[in-house]
Amino acid sequence: MLERIVALLIKEFLQMKRDRTARFRLLIPPVLQLIVFGYAATFEVFGVSTVLLDQDHSQESRQLLSRFTSSGRFQVVQVADSRRTVQRALDLGDATLALVIQPGFAQLLQKGQSAPLQVLVDGTNSNTALIALGYVGQIAAGYAQDYASTLAQRRGVTQEQAPPQVSLEPRYWYNENLNSRWFFVPGVVATLTMFMVVNLTSFAIVREREVGTLEQIMVTPVRPLEFILGKTVPFFLIGFAEVALITAVALLWFEVPFRGSPLTMALGVSLFLLSALGLGILVSTICRTQQQAFATNFFVLNPLFTLSGFAFPISSMPQALQWVTLVDPLRYFLIVVRGTFLKGIGISYLWPELAAMAAIGVTLLGLSALRLQKSVD
Amino acid sequence: MNPRRILAIARKELIQVRRDPRSLAIALLLPVMQMFLLGYGISLDIANIPTCVYDQEASQHSQALLARFKSSRYFRVVKSVRDYGGLRRAIDGGECQLGIVVPWNFSRQLTALGKTSVQAIVDATNDNTATLAEGYAQSVVSAYAGDEVELRFAGTARRLGAPQPLAVDSRVWFNEDLASRDFIIPGLVAMIMALVGALLTSLTLSREWERGTMELLISTPVTSMELMIGKLLPYFAIGLADAAFCVALAVGWFGVPFRGQIGTLLLTTLLFLAVVLGIGYAISASIRSQIGASQVALLFTMLPTAMLSGFSFPIDQMPAVIRAVTFVVYARYYVTIVKAVFLKGSGLAQLSFPIAGLLVYAAVITLVAARAFRKSIG
Repeated sequence: MLERIVALLIKEFLQMKRDRTARFRLLIPPVLQLIVFGYAATFEVFGVSTVLLDQDHSQESRQLLSRFTSSGRFQVVQVADSRRTVQRALDLGDATLALVIQPGFAQLLQKGQSAPLQVLVDGTNSNTALIALGYVGQIAAGYAQDYASTLAQRRGVTQEQAPPQVSLEPRYWYNENLNSRWFFVPGVVATLTMFMVVNLTSFAIVREREVGTLEQIMVTPVRPLEFILGKTVPFFLIGFAEVALITAVALLWFEVPFRGSPLTMALGVSLFLLSALGLGILVSTICRTQQQAFATNFFVLNPLFTLSGFAFPISSMPQALQWVTLVDPLRYFLIVVRGTFLKGIGISYLWPELAAMAAIGVTLLGLSALRLQKSVD
Repeated sequence: MNPRRILAIARKELIQVRRDPRSLAIALLLPVMQMFLLGYGISLDIANIPTCVYDQEASQHSQALLARFKSSRYFRVVKSVRDYGGLRRAIDGGECQLGIVVPWNFSRQLTALGKTSVQAIVDATNDNTATLAEGYAQSVVSAYAGDEVELRFAGTARRLGAPQPLAVDSRVWFNEDLASRDFIIPGLVAMIMALVGALLTSLTLSREWERGTMELLISTPVTSMELMIGKLLPYFAIGLADAAFCVALAVGWFGVPFRGQIGTLLLTTLLFLAVVLGIGYAISASIRSQIGASQVALLFTMLPTAMLSGFSFPIDQMPAVIRAVTFVVYARYYVTIVKAVFLKGSGLAQLSFPIAGLLVYAAVITLVAARAFRKSIG
């Protein structure tokens, strides 16, 4: 048995060695994709295009507005002179946010009454709008607090009489600077692995079928299990090398921290590759042509990607979809990858995910062995 | 240019699509799958953040504050711990995303100094949910502080003026409920059309090459221009039908508001289809195997449309180089248009920049597509 597997392995590697474009295909696109998507995928909110309308022209209104401009979160693209200009800027999409201070603002403040700061925000991108509103609130609260304490001082109110302040001190764990890239780059590593390995495996086997060499192998004494091993081991090794390559790019180029143990990561990658290989072989057993395999992969991989929690939190999905995500191996792999990259947690925390990937992987590989046996008989 | 020949080619193409289960799946199944899967699967709205509380003081005040977290719909208090170790385990293990720590001297500081603080420990692996969670926690704490003022310092507060000297009056336009679904789904229409259009047309010429029927076609009197128009006509129809289906689903099923004019959407959709189909055709003319053509088509549509069109990731937050690249991503223009027509109710005048982008693209692509095939006949 071992002999036959080794013979198959030698054949696979010879085939790969002769395929010159494969070497290029395996190196350049993943690295390029990682770099482009690593930069593109961000939900951070900096420099929100802002239009200002100051109808009060007072010292207070200028002070308040300068807090916004100096925060770095807002970038003034236009200083409007009327409400119409503000409306136009938002309608055309020139600005996402408008800050409006009406006449009499300073007077109200000085009298100790509540002075309104009007904020208009384009909610088309709900996420940006929500976060931008949060920053507006913070800056406004900071201004209000400072203004109140100066006012209190001026009126000689003692400390005991001042209204109480309760502040929230946030501590960000694992991603201290809230860098979007730290979240997405490890995710891209995991996702690229899945797309590459499933496509590679299914195309390679279907190609043998198309060319007719699959039948040739099947008439040799090689058994389906041996055939599967002979096919999976090379792709397993390639998959592993790919992960190492893109992980290296993630660490060196994007400087994402890697806080966990490489061994945990390696275990996670191995278990995930079982699922990816099983999926690839399974697809190849139901497809006669590469073209069919391409379409099938598309219809299979797309849902797996969408439901994985790569960008959109699983907890925000409807309950029914959340249950579906439980069979998605990428879901668990993402937790393992982000856990080892950012959280630095080990097997003691990640064992449920690792076990789930092992279960899914063994099931998929077992199914594909059964299907392969059938398709040969 | 002979209309009869064009129609004949179009009919032949339509029959071929009908008989090809894979093409049918792409034309019919893909829009349904993508609309429902992404329509439900993609949401950035967060609620019920799993929260862990660590109350060091366990006083009436601290309990009152934590009760506010329990009753907020943004938080779900799943755990109460007695030390930092427990808190760390809960967040490390992913059981909780937020930990609220009330210090042991919380109410003493409040009475003695008039100021006190609570700590929020946020799992920032996902920086976006972390920012949102912290924002919601801030508002819970400020609401608590505001009510404390009312209760205990009513007299002083009145003397000082309003407790909050600055009132932020915020109004959200175009997507009043800040629903991420209303933001994602219009863009989905663009995504689906880009995929369907390019995947289907990328097969149209390569299929003829692979099956050896290309020589036959070339020997007929049909000109390359007629061939292109005839072959693309059915896909125009399919693309339009898919677009109509997606828009109907968006409005009828998902309840996304549609504030613009149907005419604006129709006109821009036709332009976008011209670009998408032209690209598919050009790919098909230059790559003679179906598998190669569809792989290239997927590479040119799927990921750029998903990542670089502003579909979900805001373009203005990308680095300058990537932002420059997005101008080449044709879906970018259409995504802008669809979102604006749906939510803002924009008309042609407001959309002149993206429309101009699509026009230029359509012109260039038609030229490239027409040339690509003429060359391969020779």
